[in-house]
Amino acid sequence: MYNSVKKEKMEIVLNQHTEQMTHHGEHAHHDSFWTKYVFSQDHKMIAKQFLITGIVMGVMGVMMSILFRIQLGWPDKSFPLLEALLGKWAEGGRLKPEFFLAMVTIHGTIMVFFVLTAGLSGTFSNLLIPLQLGARDMASPFMNMLSYWLFFSASVVMVFSFFIETGPASAGWTIYPPLSAVPKAMSGSGLGMTLWLVSMTLFVASTLMGGINYISTVLNLRTQGMDLWKMPLTIWAFFLTAIVGLLSFPVLVSAVVLLIFDRSFGTSFYLSDIVIGGQVLPNEGGSPILFQHLFWFLGHPEVYIIIMPALGITSEVIATNSRKPIFGYHAMVYSLLGITILSFIVWGHHMFVTGMNPFIGGVFMITTLIIAVPSAVKTFNYLATLWKGNIRFTTAMLFAVGLVSFFISGGLTGLFLGNAALDINLHDTYFVVAHFHLVMGCAAICGMFSGVYHWFPKMFGRMMDEKLGYLHFWITFICAYLVFFPMHFMGLDGIPRRYYAFTEFEFMKEWLSINVIITWAAIVGALAQVAFLWNFFYSIFCGKKSEQNPWRSNTLEWTTPVEHIHGNWPGEIPTVYRWPYDYSKPGHEDDFIPQTVPHSLTMSSNLYSDLNGNEVAEKIQADWNQQHNRTVEDFH
Amino acid sequence: MNATVSPLDEVKSTPWSGGKSPFAAEYGKLMMWFFLLSDAFTFSGFLIYYGAVRFSQASWPNPDVVFQSVPGFADHGYPLVFVGLMTFVLIMSSVTMVLAVEAGHRNAKAEVAKWMILTIVGGLVFLSCQALEWTHLHHEGAWWGSNPFLNADGTMGTNQFTDLFFTITGFHGFHVFSGVIINLVILLNVLAGTYEKRGHYLMVEKVGLYWHFVDLVWVFVFTFFYLV
Repeated sequence: MYNSVKKEKMEIVLNQHTEQMTHHGEHAHHDSFWTKYVFSQDHKMIAKQFLITGIVMGVMGVMMSILFRIQLGWPDKSFPLLEALLGKWAEGGRLKPEFFLAMVTIHGTIMVFFVLTAGLSGTFSNLLIPLQLGARDMASPFMNMLSYWLFFSASVVMVFSFFIETGPASAGWTIYPPLSAVPKAMSGSGLGMTLWLVSMTLFVASTLMGGINYISTVLNLRTQGMDLWKMPLTIWAFFLTAIVGLLSFPVLVSAVVLLIFDRSFGTSFYLSDIVIGGQVLPNEGGSPILFQHLFWFLGHPEVYIIIMPALGITSEVIATNSRKPIFGYHAMVYSLLGITILSFIVWGHHMFVTGMNPFIGGVFMITTLIIAVPSAVKTFNYLATLWKGNIRFTTAMLFAVGLVSFFISGGLTGLFLGNAALDINLHDTYFVVAHFHLVMGCAAICGMFSGVYHWFPKMFGRMMDEKLGYLHFWITFICAYLVFFPMHFMGLDGIPRRYYAFTEFEFMKEWLSINVIITWAAIVGALAQVAFLWNFFYSIFCGKKSEQNPWRSNTLEWTTPVEHIHGNWPGEIPTVYRWPYDYSKPGHEDDFIPQTVPHSLTMSSNLYSDLNGNEVAEKIQADWNQQHNRTVEDFH
Repeated sequence: MNATVSPLDEVKSTPWSGGKSPFAAEYGKLMMWFFLLSDAFTFSGFLIYYGAVRFSQASWPNPDVVFQSVPGFADHGYPLVFVGLMTFVLIMSSVTMVLAVEAGHRNAKAEVAKWMILTIVGGLVFLSCQALEWTHLHHEGAWWGSNPFLNADGTMGTNQFTDLFFTITGFHGFHVFSGVIINLVILLNVLAGTYEKRGHYLMVEKVGLYWHFVDLVWVFVFTFFYLV
């Protein structure tokens, strides 16, 4: 009795939700400027907000990298322009060491969290989860809006830290104590560090709200027929990324809370035996190593939070533009799943040189090296998808292939660094810088660019310019390799990262010429981004008008009208009949069959395995095949 | 499925094949579960840190010695009595929360309100007890960064004992405090008839999940700080 009442209730609730969502679609909304562009609850607008904020933060991150590259390329030269721009941070035209460290720190923080986490996941999860699953909007549009505004506030606070007397946080993006825990340690350890912590707290709250929204939407709001194995790989990637974020960011919260107590309440969680300027601090018994454990429990999954959405986007773009089904769809999903699980049990490989028990080091080494397996599965599947494809070199496709290239060249060095014995030599050298910039920096940004070029028509109803896109891609791609490839050799020679004036050491001097080349490549690469920025902002207003399905793609987002409407589809949400990768299906006249095309309309290309084991349907298909002399090589 | 659909185009109607929630759960409830999962990782971070520090020490203060007072009654001689009382109150408030949810299933507005009020009272009593206990410990000289208690083996205790005690019970207390505020908002909505109009008391169920979670976390905090 009780159960049936409960069940009935449940139905009321669920129906109300669907009704509400359907209602949205039919209603012509009259939004004011504020509700449409600023406090929007529409996932498509929120996606754009995330993207543009991410681009702005990305521009800042790139400019910082150019500034510290100038210092590294010409360590003894004075640039009066710098003083004009930066004032006391570059007295006499040379960057101050404190400011150099601050910029390295904030460059890392901004790129990792603000651009490649929020800018990438925030944009494309928001845009594509409802559109590719056939939902009117996110499960909770309100929390989605909150998620963006928390991210925006976090960005403001982070940027604001440049405008305070003592400068931004300078302890590196990993904020290891004691530099981060003792406000007196260096100039950036004071207010700058506090602002960093405030900003990241807001950021975690934003990620959490976004994440639980993405997960609930994927689970609850898939349209009729969209079972898990019909979801595009983008959605799988966003879904699993959100799960990784959901379980790893909260541990950063614990780490940060304890850090705040160390900074302001006299505790000794991470501090022990510290002497500053001949003065012994009272803190005893804390362990900075424990901070590293807590930090890397987030920090390592974080790199997968960055790369997985990029991998998802690439899967989609490569399949669409090779006009072939993605090779090994199931393997692609299982490899994402494998990466998701493994990402939580490898964090110790960042800490091989902390005096960790060699046995534990061995365990972390094994789990780390196992990640190479799912990663290789993905790489080989990309290559196999491209193999004998009908490749169209759109800009998005170039960037997707660029991702594969960076993922391979950066991933291979991961095998060196994941090895506990080799890491003792390579730890904290430019080898590490080269490795992670290629495998998660360049690869993920390529994925992001790929996504922007591919879904720009969906976001803005216009096309980006292909020629400028090519220019952007090739300069970016070549410069990225010119910047990061030589760093491997610097690292092998033992040049440590984060050094301000490495020419003070005799053995490092010979690398100066290489550093100059790297800096020039970085500058050219940064200038190439102007082509992107121009292309992006110009095309929003003046680009060529897009058709509804410009890439002749199968996924659901291309069945929505070009002009955005609240609720995405006019009328009913389409039903899904097939997986998203029916490209160049033998027997079909077109080289793509959208997910919404029922099998009864594609008799000439149906396989028995398409029919869900429905015997009546198989019989009908068999009769049709016989009548039309069609033989199907498909296990029955 | 209407009759005109070809068998070729029949869409499966299993729980996972789209068009409905596979768990037959409304999205807000799912979101609460995921939030709790995430929060559980925060607390796990703290408690694992606690375990790591504690096991690296040769000895640790004995909780039976440290927590002996019953504020307003006796300063010594009643080990764990007061915290036992607090714990009992918090667990009882979970029981009243269950009753509020159950009354919600029957759409019994007055009963929901009654049990919600009792839950809130339980939460407030717990918070007050915690305040009293903290005040007492503070008078004995314990605070963040200072630990007056000796280890069980008679050696000097480390500051990590009090640092962790105040941080973790404080973080939990903050959760209880937020819970009380949320419960109050929900109670006001119940009294205003919002859920009655809506036809269901799902919001009560959702805050109930949160409340039970906070309770469950306390069981772990209690075990690790007071029992072992």
